[in-house]
Amino acid sequence: MKRIIDWMMPEAASTVSSEIDSITYFIFAVSLVFFLIIVISMIHFVIKYQRKGKLEKTSGVDQNHVLEFVWTAIPTVLLVMMFVWGFRVYLDMSIAPKDSIEIKVTGQKWFWTFTYPNGYVSPGELVVPLNKPVKTLISSRDVIHSMYIPAFRIKMDALPNRYTVAWFEATKPGTYPLFCTEYCGTSHSKMLATVKVLPYGEYLQWLDDMANMATGGDPVELGKKIYAKNACNTCHSLDGSTMVGPSWKGIWNASHQMADGTTVKVDENYIRESILNPQAKIRAGFQGVMPSYQGLLKEQEIEGVIAYIKSLEKN
Amino acid sequence: MSSTNHSNVSYLEDKKGLWNWLTTVDHKKIGLMYLGLILASFLVGGILAMLVRMELISPGEDFYSADTYNRFFTMHGVVMIFLFIIPSIPAALGNFVLPLMVGAKDVAFPRLNLASWYIYVVGLLLAFWALLYGGVDTGWTFYTPYSSEVKGPVAMIGLAVFILGFSSILTGLNFIVTIHKLRLPGITWFNMPLFLWGMYATAIIQILATPVIGITMVLLLFERMSGIGIFDPSMGGDPVLFQHFFWFYSHPAVYIMILPAMAIISELISTFSHKKIFGYKAIAYSSVAIALISFLVWGHHMFTSGQSRFAAMVFSFLTFGVAVPSAIKVFNWLATLYKGSISLETPMLYALSFLFLFTIGGLTGLFLGTLAVDIHLHDTYFVVAHFHYVMFGGTVVAFIGGLHYWWPKMTGKMFNETWGKIGAVLVFLGFNFTFMPQFLAGFRGMPRRYFTYADEFTIFNVLSSLGAFFLGIAFVIVGINLVMSLINGKKAGQNPWHSLSLEWQTQTPPITENFAQDPVITHGPYDYDTQEVNH
Repeated sequence: MKRIIDWMMPEAASTVSSEIDSITYFIFAVSLVFFLIIVISMIHFVIKYQRKGKLEKTSGVDQNHVLEFVWTAIPTVLLVMMFVWGFRVYLDMSIAPKDSIEIKVTGQKWFWTFTYPNGYVSPGELVVPLNKPVKTLISSRDVIHSMYIPAFRIKMDALPNRYTVAWFEATKPGTYPLFCTEYCGTSHSKMLATVKVLPYGEYLQWLDDMANMATGGDPVELGKKIYAKNACNTCHSLDGSTMVGPSWKGIWNASHQMADGTTVKVDENYIRESILNPQAKIRAGFQGVMPSYQGLLKEQEIEGVIAYIKSLEKN
Repeated sequence: MSSTNHSNVSYLEDKKGLWNWLTTVDHKKIGLMYLGLILASFLVGGILAMLVRMELISPGEDFYSADTYNRFFTMHGVVMIFLFIIPSIPAALGNFVLPLMVGAKDVAFPRLNLASWYIYVVGLLLAFWALLYGGVDTGWTFYTPYSSEVKGPVAMIGLAVFILGFSSILTGLNFIVTIHKLRLPGITWFNMPLFLWGMYATAIIQILATPVIGITMVLLLFERMSGIGIFDPSMGGDPVLFQHFFWFYSHPAVYIMILPAMAIISELISTFSHKKIFGYKAIAYSSVAIALISFLVWGHHMFTSGQSRFAAMVFSFLTFGVAVPSAIKVFNWLATLYKGSISLETPMLYALSFLFLFTIGGLTGLFLGTLAVDIHLHDTYFVVAHFHYVMFGGTVVAFIGGLHYWWPKMTGKMFNETWGKIGAVLVFLGFNFTFMPQFLAGFRGMPRRYFTYADEFTIFNVLSSLGAFFLGIAFVIVGINLVMSLINGKKAGQNPWHSLSLEWQTQTPPITENFAQDPVITHGPYDYDTQEVNH
């Protein structure tokens, strides 16, 4: 049966996962036993006491104190065990060790950003070290979201104007999905991120590289990366199809009608404004639900996005 | 029980015409009027469910957009919960049989009963209007600040929920007074059908909890319309406060839905086993215990909301407290089968289905009540499967079972027994086919309310969608069978299931006054050990 549980649950990759899987195993076993007792006795009685022939008076047995005590006491004891075990592991899960690495997690429609102690903001990818406790300080910029990493068996809501805490210690290198589990509107099901577990040395190296991201390089390539990593692709297509926001295909230099009736030409300043203050000019036919990227993108990255949009026009 | 000074014209034949129905104070006609609208709501909610499962048959966009999907699953929840399940058993079946069971001519306040129906109609029209107006996409839980900000007729739905609440409160009030005041001499608290204990416990929750959802919806309306910050943090409100208010009603509401189902099951198991119910007092008291504890467990919906560890511990502990009386009921029903004379007619098949499905629903609740495990399973498909096993496998199956059981008394017609059985078996199979795979998807971490999903979840979704279509067809068969019985069903006798309960001791269908003369109570509703049943 251990096999069944292992197959049922996602890969276990944190210190608490195996403990949680053990409780799950215990409850599953207890449930299965009770389920079988109930269903088998039901079927047995139905067959054995099936009405045959004439309707006659039946036994008046309607109580049995010993039996009633047993079927109250045994479940009660088992339920208390589940409660105590579940609560103890919950305490372990919710109190972060003092030496944890602290990462700020911010949810907003419809992407995640992760802010590291050195100030680096990683969009869409949570990179964490192996075998080190990580404490996430979670909040939201708009509605309620919830950070869920099945492989770590943790979940915590992201609330606006408030911090919540979850912590974990990864035990297996690899990449794991992170989901939003509190319904947050149109692209709720696309509000995903990746969790990447690296050995401590590689983690430090990665953090260093990111903080000093090479200033040279092709701005178009940078813009392309930003498009995918910062979840621009959740709402803006590249093939001309309309999603939550306008497609980027052929948008450069085009003149578009805005919701207020004015016409705007898509140039560097318009794109910049639309990234930092998206509500300023909303294209006709769209809802204007884009969040501001103020403080999330560096100057150079904004330029990268502009360069990328320009490049789309050429092709 | 024939009479000399009353005519034997049934309530259906007595005073016909639309105007008569719309102004009737006869609890039986009002029950049927509820039944019609409740079944219509079930149809609408069911079609929405089919549309949801259709889109989920593969990842990505198949038939319509994410915004449409979000509206469909929200309206599915709103229609099923507020228009169908909550009123289903009490307002439709309860209205019909409760006064008959206590031997009364009507409920205590017949005009208030009609008023409840009209209030329900207003709420229903508002909700359907909002649905036609485009519906809302907040989820049936209306979590703030999403619902404070989002466009769409949220206010209209909120108002509908507010109004429907009054209907529920007034029905509960009517039932409590009827059970207290209109019982015939000889029908004591511990000598009345357990259905009445279930209705009584339900009514307590309806009266005490429903006002809270009303107030919450009014606060949400204020916030949306006047910008007073109550729940929206951008205006100084607290979004988690909304969750507390919402679940303070909506958790007890789960018991408004399941207690009446348990009440029906006690009747069905005893009647079709032709056996004295085992543990009468245990079943009766456990209904009341469930009703009372249900007020103190709302926080188990919020284990991941950042509530304090202490609160989480208390709510988890109390949640296990509900499991004990629920288990006791199941064991008592099982023991009732022992040494019975069991007849597997259609209503009994639904009752046995209930035992099977409700047991799974209850046991899977243990995973969710356990704190550490809930953190993993919260807001995944495991929760979706769990509450469908309780609400659908439990309440809806019991409702359909009860509908078949009292159908002859209500309509005077017998349905086709063979097709009835086929329908019951298909509903049972289709249900498991639909919701069993969702447990697996949930264990593996698929979040709920997802328009699209990772490839690893495809197999579970395909199975679930196919199951849903199967289940839809099963319900069409059930529906056709019931409708056909009205057209060419055999005439029903006074007591086709050989029950000792009072509603079967009057003619079928009953006369408007229910009983030609007050019946003399000489035995209890479950005394199958001492009484011969005349039929």
